[in-house]
Amino acid sequence: MGMQIRNIVELLKAKILTPGLNLMGEVDHAFTSDLMSDVLTGDYDKTVLITGLSNLQAIRTAEIADIREVIIGRNKKVSPEMVELAFDNDIVLLQSSYSLYKISGILYGAGVKPIY
Amino acid sequence: MMLDYHIDGGDFVNAGKASSAVKRVLKQLNVPAKRIKRVVIALYETEVNVVAHASKGEIEVVIEPERITLTVKDSGPGIPDINRAMQEGFTTASKEVREMGFGAGMGLANIKRNSDELHIESIPGKGTIVRFTNDLRD
Repeated sequence: MGMQIRNIVELLKAKILTPGLNLMGEVDHAFTSDLMSDVLTGDYDKTVLITGLSNLQAIRTAEIADIREVIIGRNKKVSPEMVELAFDNDIVLLQSSYSLYKISGILYGAGVKPIY
Repeated sequence: MMLDYHIDGGDFVNAGKASSAVKRVLKQLNVPAKRIKRVVIALYETEVNVVAHASKGEIEVVIEPERITLTVKDSGPGIPDINRAMQEGFTTASKEVREMGFGAGMGLANIKRNSDELHIESIPGKGTIVRFTNDLRD
């Protein structure tokens, strides 16, 4: 059973940076990393990327790796270019004030599975 | 079908644009998603390498019905010891590259893992040519 993005938004008290994109989509795995080469090693289906790397390459990596949702932790500043790239690729972009540890712990506790 | 893209060294904002464009083309050609993913991960890592290390690079993409061949030529420092560079964890990347989420010495290993045939030629002080071919069939 996956978890809907809208439930993740509630659990993380997250801000939706790509309003209008589908929040009913389901996620059943998560991967937390600031190292994009490491993100690119995974095989993802219904996976959310949790990262503290708030730059264009985080969104580009999600696009290349077929990741449909990205959560930026610790309220790291997100540029308008990142939001634009996320919209262009239909990637739901969320921002949470919680640390990556806390975000990962909450989602793990809620049944979202790890990749490795 | 042939496609060409240019990469500017140091241009981290646009790193990955060619990979994104190739992904769109392969999707339009109805190539299986898993095949597309391998191609674009290998190309993306190659693009990041050019941006990180070279002054400029050119990408040539040749798409045939059953396979794709990508050739990336850069004007850069070259790789003195390719075997060493292929080892995971070996890196000469700058702090700036690491801040972009790369530079951990995984790039060439990721390229190898996601290509069917990989050929790397390099002349220190001049540049590097990375060529890889992938099957596009289901």
